[in-house]
Amino acid sequence: MADDLYGPGQQEIDKLYLRLERDAKQGGYNLNPDVEFVKGLAKGLLVNEMRYGYRACPCRLASDDKIQDKDIICPCNYRDADVAEFGACYCALYVSGAVLKGDKELGSIPERRPPAEERQKPGKASGPELSAAGFMKL
Amino acid sequence: MNFEHVAGKDKGKITLYALSTCIWCKKTKELLAALGVSFDYIYVDLLKGEDRNQAIAEIKRYNPGLSFPTLVIGEKGIVGFREKEIKEALG
Repeated sequence: MADDLYGPGQQEIDKLYLRLERDAKQGGYNLNPDVEFVKGLAKGLLVNEMRYGYRACPCRLASDDKIQDKDIICPCNYRDADVAEFGACYCALYVSGAVLKGDKELGSIPERRPPAEERQKPGKASGPELSAAGFMKL
Repeated sequence: MNFEHVAGKDKGKITLYALSTCIWCKKTKELLAALGVSFDYIYVDLLKGEDRNQAIAEIKRYNPGLSFPTLVIGEKGIVGFREKEIKEALG
């Protein structure tokens, strides 16, 4: 089995790396200081963009449905909580200040995303229920 | 499902369910190769249809959260890149 069905070029990877670095700085986040690790993730993001049309988290199984995967489009919805609790996001693309300083070691962290069965179905957001005719049920 | 086989020392049945884009999966695969054990691996993100459903069902037996990597050593499931745990399980 080939490791790469589609291999983004080094130029594309480097370009995304610089973009991620710039966006992280502007947003007050820290990228993982291991440049090769981050470039590996940048490659995964580009592969997923090519494959699904959106940059799904490279460390999670995407469904190929953008609405279903909205929560795992990088940066995912779980990044802030994971960086705060474990010192890194699920992929370890983003890390905490303590990890950056070397005060905390990085590793694989538990999955915060609820299993598919427990995730709220997209389009069924909480709010007033509408009848088939579009009238609000009272 | 077509698993890829990596030859090495026979430590029983070792199966790695991975994603082709995941760095922690890559690290797990590299660790197994460095330990020199025989194992099978599959990239679930590259599977389609029935093969994908079958792989998902197998992973869920060990890891209901369906996260990656999921490594199965004998009947023990190890979720995530847990170097110490993997080394211990492989004795």
